Amino acid sequence: MAEKPRLKLPKEATKGEIIQIKTLVSHVMESGQRKDAQGKPIPRKIINKFTCEFNGKPVFSCVLEPAISANPYIQFDARIDEAGTFKFAWTDDDGSVITAEEKIALKA
Amino acid sequence: MLSRYIRLAVAIAAAASVATCASAEEPERKGIPAPPGHVFKTIISGYQFRSKETRALQDDDLENPGFLAVERAADAWKKVEGSEGKSCMSCHGEAETSMKGVGAAMPKWDDKLAKPVNLEQRINICRSEHMKAEPWKFKSRELTDMTTFVRYQSHGMPVAVKTDGPMSPWFERGKQTYYTRYGQLDLACASCHERNNGKFMRADFLSQGQTNGFPTYRLRDQRLVPLHERFEGCMFDVRAEPFKPLSDEFLALELYVAWRGIGLPVETPSVRN
Amino acid sequence: MKAINRRQAFALGGGFVMLTLMPMAADAEVTGDAAKWIEKFTGGKQAVKGKISLDLPEIAENGNTVPLSLTVESPMTADSYVKEVMILADGNPNAGVATLMFTPLSGKAEASIRIRLATTQNVVAVAKMSDGSLFTEQKTVKVTIGGCGG
Repeated sequence: MAEKPRLKLPKEATKGEIIQIKTLVSHVMESGQRKDAQGKPIPRKIINKFTCEFNGKPVFSCVLEPAISANPYIQFDARIDEAGTFKFAWTDDDGSVITAEEKIALKA
Repeated sequence: MLSRYIRLAVAIAAAASVATCASAEEPERKGIPAPPGHVFKTIISGYQFRSKETRALQDDDLENPGFLAVERAADAWKKVEGSEGKSCMSCHGEAETSMKGVGAAMPKWDDKLAKPVNLEQRINICRSEHMKAEPWKFKSRELTDMTTFVRYQSHGMPVAVKTDGPMSPWFERGKQTYYTRYGQLDLACASCHERNNGKFMRADFLSQGQTNGFPTYRLRDQRLVPLHERFEGCMFDVRAEPFKPLSDEFLALELYVAWRGIGLPVETPSVRN
Repeated sequence: MKAINRRQAFALGGGFVMLTLMPMAADAEVTGDAAKWIEKFTGGKQAVKGKISLDLPEIAENGNTVPLSLTVESPMTADSYVKEVMILADGNPNAGVATLMFTPLSGKAEASIRIRLATTQNVVAVAKMSDGSLFTEQKTVKVTIGGCGG
């Protein structure tokens, strides 16, 4: 079930400014290590990749393993050289992708 | 056979390591003065008993994973369900105004049922009676989300349960449960949370067992846990047969424990270990 | 084993306390699964200690959610930047935690995540710079197990 990720970043920045981006997405991050009540292993289901690009250029990405806590929180930075659009994508083991976008303007 | 002196050596080392852990915690825990006749001099939220990392997680409303539930339920609030064609919003409007203070005063007396009801029960009464929708199961994500969302509308407001009038026998019943020893470990709620809060029990740092942060995002479970599930967990931990969630026993206990935290700000969604 | 007397018991207990209070003189050598991950990441090249600051709690309140922040010293320009940082937990069933990929557009080689630690163990970070040089840092996190929060 795709849900709205939570994002926090400024709406505008001065040229050359480095901003902080906080992201939080709802996901169980089932590690594949656990067993259900009947003792059967619960299959792994995690967000295995996160990417952030700005105006089509890669800013930050990461490959995630089952050792990432449920509801993954990822915080990183970005240098703003121009106004534009951030695109965020979280890829699930099942192939589905949660996406979000956020615009940022340059301060006059 | 292990010499008893070796055991003594281990005990010294263990005691010292506990002392090291304890000194790593901030010794000063802020609380609020309790009203006259209360069991505590100072009422202290569970927040004060947690590590600085856990507190930081609660304080940042983006990082706090409990807000994922608040946002999900904000959408569910507007969703029409059941044969009456209603959503929560159809009757209650904007939750930010209509639900303000509601969660802080639960459990509350219900004249029709002639018993107190808690927030989960109130939500399900609305669903089955007014929306003609299926009630949500206890521990379901939907019910815990909505409970969290409604409680969040009282964020920062003091816990303000009423314990007089028809509530008083329920209060007394809850109090009796609180002081009754249960299980193979033969422990009462009071054994840990009244007499030994601020101390370690094995790896656990005991709090006053306050309920102002529930439903709470538990690091252990990595999801929101409703109060009666925590009660169940405590009883399980002392190796007792737990009462059922939403049973009269737990409802009475919820009322009594809410009173023990009277005046504490509602912290839902809080973050606990 | 010979039984010890009370005085020896105090000495032994006290000695253990001293030992645990002493700062770790040197980083533990990474072995097992974590070593295999590092080998693959570095191509067998030796990583040098430094440049990375790794922020983790000394004692994790619960191993299921442990906050981790790291910063790698770098100008983060097109000529000189941090390319990748691999994070490993040497006591987990699988040592892999995450691999962070930075670009000059990141501005800073800084990130925070939350990780799962099955037990008390070392968390290791290895950074690969744009010039191919490698740096490493590690920290021990005590994970409390048992009791109601366990």
